[in-house]
Amino acid sequence: MSTPTSAPPTDAVDLSPDELKRYSRHLTLPEFGREGQEKLKATSVLLVGAGGLGSPAATYLAAAGVGTIGLVDFDQVEESNLQRQILYGTSDVGRPKLEVAQERLEDLNPNVDVNVHEMRLTSDNALDVIEEYDIVADGTDNFPTRYLVNDACVMTGTPNVYASIFRFEGQVSVFATEDGPCYRCLYEEPPPPGLVPSCAEGGVLGILPGFIGTLQATEVIKLATGIGEPLIGRLLIGDAAEMNFRTLKVEKNPDCPVCGEDPSVTELIDYEAFCGLPSTDAPSTNGTDTVSEDSIPEISVQDFKQRREDGDAPFLLDVREPYEAEIADIGANQLIPIGELLQRVEDLEADPDDEIVVHCRSGGRSAEAVCKLREKGYDAVNLDGGTLAWSQEIDDSVPTY
Amino acid sequence: MPDTQTQTVTLRIPTPLRSYTEEQPAVEVAGTTVAEALEALVDRYPDLRENLYTDDGDLRQFVNIYVDDEDIRYQDGPQTALDEGDEVSIVPSIAGG
Ligand SMILES: [Zn+2]
Repeated sequence: MSTPTSAPPTDAVDLSPDELKRYSRHLTLPEFGREGQEKLKATSVLLVGAGGLGSPAATYLAAAGVGTIGLVDFDQVEESNLQRQILYGTSDVGRPKLEVAQERLEDLNPNVDVNVHEMRLTSDNALDVIEEYDIVADGTDNFPTRYLVNDACVMTGTPNVYASIFRFEGQVSVFATEDGPCYRCLYEEPPPPGLVPSCAEGGVLGILPGFIGTLQATEVIKLATGIGEPLIGRLLIGDAAEMNFRTLKVEKNPDCPVCGEDPSVTELIDYEAFCGLPSTDAPSTNGTDTVSEDSIPEISVQDFKQRREDGDAPFLLDVREPYEAEIADIGANQLIPIGELLQRVEDLEADPDDEIVVHCRSGGRSAEAVCKLREKGYDAVNLDGGTLAWSQEIDDSVPTY
Repeated sequence: MPDTQTQTVTLRIPTPLRSYTEEQPAVEVAGTTVAEALEALVDRYPDLRENLYTDDGDLRQFVNIYVDDEDIRYQDGPQTALDEGDEVSIVPSIAGG
């Protein structure tokens, strides 16, 4: 495999005496040396997402001496971030992430220029932002942004160090190099909404983004310095539970709609629509989380509560995992996890003619369950917004998670 | 040649789909092709079917299947032949960050 073409030229960088001291362990590393350090300093990296992956990646890239680090995010620090987003502390809750990140990174290494892009990356601005950088590290939390970042990287010729996580599992690869494959070569289309649970719904081991994010940063440093064998054409899969790492081959697809020989996508598109989501500036959480399909009958938490008070409560089915019901319980009659629903449909304690209201955390999985049950002839209705809406609108003693 | 009637392969189940396989990370099934092995899997765990296949019975595009480290799209697709002991990985896209 050829060396990546992304290593920037080293002209016009000079290391100060302070920097020579600071980076001495790099400088004495034979394969790295002063040349590697100067290349790092000459490199600009854009981290898309300053969350679980962006936190460790940004921290190590700043410590290592990458010259310019750009960060894209528009969230504020929340308490539930602190279990894994190590850029932030308890006293930062409520502050804009990028404000905190900039302080932390500049304190860690004042030689680094930190650019903050407090914005949602969209088809209108992505090319302009990405064009400013030598390398992109995609650590965002939703499919539309992943496809947007990929396509913008292909179109601007910017290598994209990709990482993503779910529960105990992470993926890392390098896309959009001159001769290598892109994300669409690997996955031409996103999953339909609702089929894959989001991190919020599915949970994530807090330390997982720690090591997947540092693998991502490692690939950035390798691309910047030209050291080693980058993960081009390979997908690394790390499973923290089994502690098993594998690399699978990723072929460049000659028919890829973006990087193929005759691309059909030559400008940025509507990525929300591409991912089957309503095209709005929706909240920042994973796009697969908050979606409900128009055709699915719904009941609001207000109406459901009213019917309970009227003594006319329909059968309430919880399709979350049992451990979720231990966290937040709104008095379901029965729990059958979504993954077991079709197998266990005979176990349903509701009468076949009964109206069944189905709920989950936010309404995504329950919408899927309503579809399945209606196909089986049940009169199923989705509880709009799930336990989150219940907590916000009816009973705030029900924890959100 | 191994006996094709009893030839078993290991299917590696990714985290997002383990709720459909009683949380098992790997499932042993019989099969001489990828299609047979996957069919055996969804027979055992019917809720998996719509996660792996479209209504037309094609593999979904956000699910890649590997035999050892090779993507079957660049082999013989679902008809890719399996040998005793092969490891078949189901690798769906994930997006968390
Ligand atoms: Zn491609």
